[in-house]
Amino acid sequence: MKFSLEKLKSGLFKTKENLLGKISQAVGLHKKIDQELLDELEEILIKSDVGPSTTAKIIEGLKKEATTRKIDDSEKITELLKDQVASILNSGGVCENQLASPHVIMVVGVNGTGKTTSIAKLAKDFKDQGKNVLIAACDTFRAAAGEQLSIWAERVGVELVGSMPNQDPASVAFDAIKAACARGFDVVIADTAGRLHTKVNLMEELKKVKRVMGKALPGAPHEILLVIDATTGQNGLSQVKMFKETVDVTGIFLTKLDGTAKGGIMIAITDEFNIPVKYIGLGEKPDDFQKFDPKWFAEALFS
Amino acid sequence: MFEDLTNKLEGIFKKIRGQGRLSEGNIKDALKEVRRALLEADVNYKVVKDFITQVETKAIGQEVLKSITPGQLVIKIVNDELTALLGRDKVDMKFSAQPPTVFMLVGLQGSGKTTACGKLARYYRKKGRFPLLVAADIYRPAAIDQLQILGKSLDIPVYTIKDDPIKISESAVEHARKEGKDLVIIDTAGRLHIDEPLMEELRKIKKAVSPQEIILVADAMTGQDAVNIAKTFEEKIGLDGIFLTKMDGDARGGAALSIRAVTGKPIKFVGVGEKLDALEMFYPDRIASRILGMGDVVSLVEKAQEAIDIEEAEKLEKKLRKEAFTLDDFYSQLQQLKKMGPLESVLEMIPGLGGASLKGLKIDDKAMVRVEAMINSMTKDERHKPHIIDGGRRRRIATGSGTSVQDVNQLLKQFFMMQKMIKNVTKMDMRKFEKGFLGFR
Repeated sequence: MKFSLEKLKSGLFKTKENLLGKISQAVGLHKKIDQELLDELEEILIKSDVGPSTTAKIIEGLKKEATTRKIDDSEKITELLKDQVASILNSGGVCENQLASPHVIMVVGVNGTGKTTSIAKLAKDFKDQGKNVLIAACDTFRAAAGEQLSIWAERVGVELVGSMPNQDPASVAFDAIKAACARGFDVVIADTAGRLHTKVNLMEELKKVKRVMGKALPGAPHEILLVIDATTGQNGLSQVKMFKETVDVTGIFLTKLDGTAKGGIMIAITDEFNIPVKYIGLGEKPDDFQKFDPKWFAEALFS
Repeated sequence: MFEDLTNKLEGIFKKIRGQGRLSEGNIKDALKEVRRALLEADVNYKVVKDFITQVETKAIGQEVLKSITPGQLVIKIVNDELTALLGRDKVDMKFSAQPPTVFMLVGLQGSGKTTACGKLARYYRKKGRFPLLVAADIYRPAAIDQLQILGKSLDIPVYTIKDDPIKISESAVEHARKEGKDLVIIDTAGRLHIDEPLMEELRKIKKAVSPQEIILVADAMTGQDAVNIAKTFEEKIGLDGIFLTKMDGDARGGAALSIRAVTGKPIKFVGVGEKLDALEMFYPDRIASRILGMGDVVSLVEKAQEAIDIEEAEKLEKKLRKEAFTLDDFYSQLQQLKKMGPLESVLEMIPGLGGASLKGLKIDDKAMVRVEAMINSMTKDERHKPHIIDGGRRRRIATGSGTSVQDVNQLLKQFFMMQKMIKNVTKMDMRKFEKGFLGFR
């Protein structure tokens, strides 16, 4: 997948427009960096779902930076802000691109974040790279989840291991991995049922799916992606915390960034947990996504 | 639901309570923390600002200084303002004098529209209506299948034809009229509020079927953008109410406060689980008390009334008077309890349990399933005369129910204790007994 700043920018257009428009408006009203300007920046960040704690941290950082570097020209504040945000986003760590064989990816998340669509995007991307992709329909709970996934598999042209309603999701995962090993697939992507992170029993089920994957193929799953909706507010932190504790999430797929939500929760998430954002979703079509790059993202957000 | 916000406010006011009289300084401190809690709860920035200003103006001043318990007064002011923000009264759905009534559900992708449609259909059928579900989401793969499966599980008809959403809706209403269905519930496709062509489609559906209620289905976990979403839907197609979903998680639900405050549209329903009976009415005053940690007794009582069969209760009462409480009765009590919905959501409504004390206490719905399985594995004789269950029988019951002998022992021990307790309280008032029996003390 080629990284396109243009696409990211156009996808993030509304996000960017609001954020930047408001910042420059605030800057325009103040010549110097003063408390009032900082208060306005605080408001902008909180309204972008960055959350009170991380916002306070960013504002503190701005103040310190401005004092030590003796900057008081308000025009420079955008630059400072960009640095602050990029450094937080960087702290999430980087993505590794080594693939196991077969490379098993488990996709998890709360209900309605866009897991199935994201899987279609991933599958298409791997396929475009010349990989053989197998999708496992481990959401055996929600009505018609299997049908939804099989339509996507057909559209992007990859194979699917289907399931019966209410079948044990772990057994579907096991079969899919065994099949992938036997038939030489490169990548296995497992869809799981959406679940609220507070439902103990459902989270236990997820643990079991992961454990059984490891039995089918030692080392699997190699990647556990948590899908988070960019519209989510501070509850995103709770989602990451619980899913991380349960299955040790390795990366985040942030979806629905094509709306007006700013996705600031991502900044709060990387600030609090050392989990990298790996992909972002920018629409409903299989091509509407990007690999995440903190530098590019901060750039696209503020320039 | 709202757990964390409740905890935070409780913590803050504990501080104030300890200080006797309020000063301008310490109420400012408290309000700073209220502000932070509300922001962490995803209440919209502007809504929080207005809220804090209002509480501040009302709290600082003579009234407070004259008060004997300043903490209580602050709680009252915060509570009043929260209630005002949520809208003071509960608002019911409108029905057309000339059936069919049409409800149209709209919202972003993944907010839970299809499940919400199923829940509403089930709810209103229970109230004596004849619903027809309409699959107007022709875009998302398998969306129609999903609604059909839900309809089948509820035994409620689902209208699908191959056409555009406007024609589908139009002919569905026609179909309902012919078939004598008095409630049409249209499941529309999820869409971004800034997607002009799709918003235009909604306007056209609205024009074609003139729905009595256009309901925005909104995810309780939504952040600051909730306000933009609701406002845009309101401006572009007009809303009559909100259906707030996924409130069974730990989302603090600040979106509910913001949406209500900004659009002025009432929140009419709350979704509290994936099962189709996981639906609650939204009572603003109760939610406000819940936020402040005062529990939600009224909801609980209503839920119990709906679920517990009066006849069953009377039968049980007679038995109790005769001191003949058996495992069969125990079993039917379990069934009644199950009808009230997931145990966790029931427990949350109990004052004093909603907040801190419930945290960490995970209710295992499966434990109830095990108990049921054990009782199901007993013979009729054993259920009526539990004392005949010896070692051999215990082993058999354990094998039959997939549990262990220890589990059976525990169940019997609990049962005998309960029998003993019941003997002592038979003279007690029945309602009191129910309360104790269900373990709600």
